Amino acid sequence: MDATQLPGVGMVNPVAIDVDRARAVVSAIVDPEIPVLTIADLGILRSLEEEDGRVVVTITPTYSGCPAMGQITEDVVTALARADYQAEVRMRHDPPWTTDWITEDGMRKLDAFGIAPPTAQHDVVCPKCRESEPRMVSFFGSTACKALMVCSSCGEPFGYFKRF
Amino acid sequence: MSEYILSDAPQGTPSPDLGDHFIFLLAHADDNMVLAQRLGEWISKAPELEEDIAMGNFALDHLGVARALYTHAGEVEGKGRGEDKLAMYRSEREFMNVLLVERPNGDFAHTMVRQFLFDAYQVELWSYLSGSDDETLAGIAGRALKEATYHLRHSSAWVIRLGDGTDESNRRTQKALDRLWKYTAELFEGESERYRSAWESTVANVFDEAHMAIPEDPYQRSGGRRGFHSEHLGFLIAEMQWMQRSYPGLEW
Ligand SMILES: [Zn+2]
Repeated sequence: MDATQLPGVGMVNPVAIDVDRARAVVSAIVDPEIPVLTIADLGILRSLEEEDGRVVVTITPTYSGCPAMGQITEDVVTALARADYQAEVRMRHDPPWTTDWITEDGMRKLDAFGIAPPTAQHDVVCPKCRESEPRMVSFFGSTACKALMVCSSCGEPFGYFKRF
Repeated sequence: MSEYILSDAPQGTPSPDLGDHFIFLLAHADDNMVLAQRLGEWISKAPELEEDIAMGNFALDHLGVARALYTHAGEVEGKGRGEDKLAMYRSEREFMNVLLVERPNGDFAHTMVRQFLFDAYQVELWSYLSGSDDETLAGIAGRALKEATYHLRHSSAWVIRLGDGTDESNRRTQKALDRLWKYTAELFEGESERYRSAWESTVANVFDEAHMAIPEDPYQRSGGRRGFHSEHLGFLIAEMQWMQRSYPGLEW
C-alpha cells in the first residue's frame, strides 16, 4: 500500500522521524482478533528504523494461518501515516515466533479477557473460576491461535491460547 | 518397507531442476497451496462443527506456509514475481506439487488418511529444513514444524479412531489407504529421500494401532514434481485462479 494515499488520511508530508515516537505508535497497535493484546504484548516487533526518510518496521508473523497479520501490516502503515510518517513493513521469519515472546503483561491481559494464556496444557486453569483440569473440546478454535476448552467445574467454555 | 516401482512421467519435455533453490521453494509452496484448496472444500460440509473448524484451521496453516514460500521464492528468483504472480499466473503444467495433495477429498476417512500421510511427511521435512542455510526458509520451516506436529496429532488420532472403530469405519479407512498409498513414494523423490525411514516408522506405528494393512502392491505413481498431474488438478487450479485471470491485477 502507498502510505501517501490512504483513505481518510490524506497526503502525508514527511517530517523528521522521531524513532521513539514511531515505536510508541506501533507498539500500541492492537491485534484485530484479540484486541486486548498490542503488538508490544505479542512480542512480534523485531526492529523499527529510519531508512531514506521512512520508518521501516520489521515484524515476525505469528502462526502461518493467522489472517490478522495482513490487517496488522495495514494498521502499522495507517497509524504511522496519521503520525505523518511514511512507513514500510517487512516480515522476518527467522527465528520463528513463539508464544514465549508474549510478555508477562500480555499473559495477564489474556487471562483477564477470558482466554487461558499459553502455558503447558496440564497447567491450564479456568479463566472464570480458577479451577484446574478443564476438558479439551477441540484442538482447533475460533482463531488459528486458540483451542477450545470447557471448565469441568463451572461449565464455562473458553479459548486456550495454544503454546507454540 | 519393500522396494517400489515408480511410474515414468511422459518424456520429451524438460523437467524442472529441484536442485535449483527457487524451484525447490516453489514445489513446496505448491504442495501447501493445493492442499489448502482441497481442505477448504470441506468448509460447511464436515461431519461435525469441530471438524469443520479443524479443516479450516488446517487449510489456513497450509495457505500461510504457501504464501510465505511463494514470497520467498519470488525474492530468490529476483524477477519481481510476488506471491500472487506465482500462485495465480502459472498453469497446471507449471505446478510442481506432489500428486497426493491434489487427490479429491472423497469421504472424511479418505481426507484424513491423505492428511495423515502428508502431515507425517511434513513433520520430517520441516524438521530437516529448520536447519537450512537459507535463514528465511529455516524460519518458515521452524514455524511450520510446530503446526505440522499439531496437525499430525489430530490426523493420526482420527486414523486410529476410524481404523480401530466399527467394521464400516475400518473398511472405509482401509479403502482410502489402498487408494492413496501409491502416491506416497513420490514424497521422497530427490532431496527428501533422506527422511523416508522416519516417515515409514511413523505411518507403520499408526496403521498398526489402527488395525490397518499397508498395501503390498509395489506400483507407485509419480510425475507431480515435474508438472505431470492427474486430471483433477486442472479443475482445482481453474477455480482458484479464475478471478485473477478474468480480472488481471484485481485486488481486494
Ligand atoms: Zn470454571
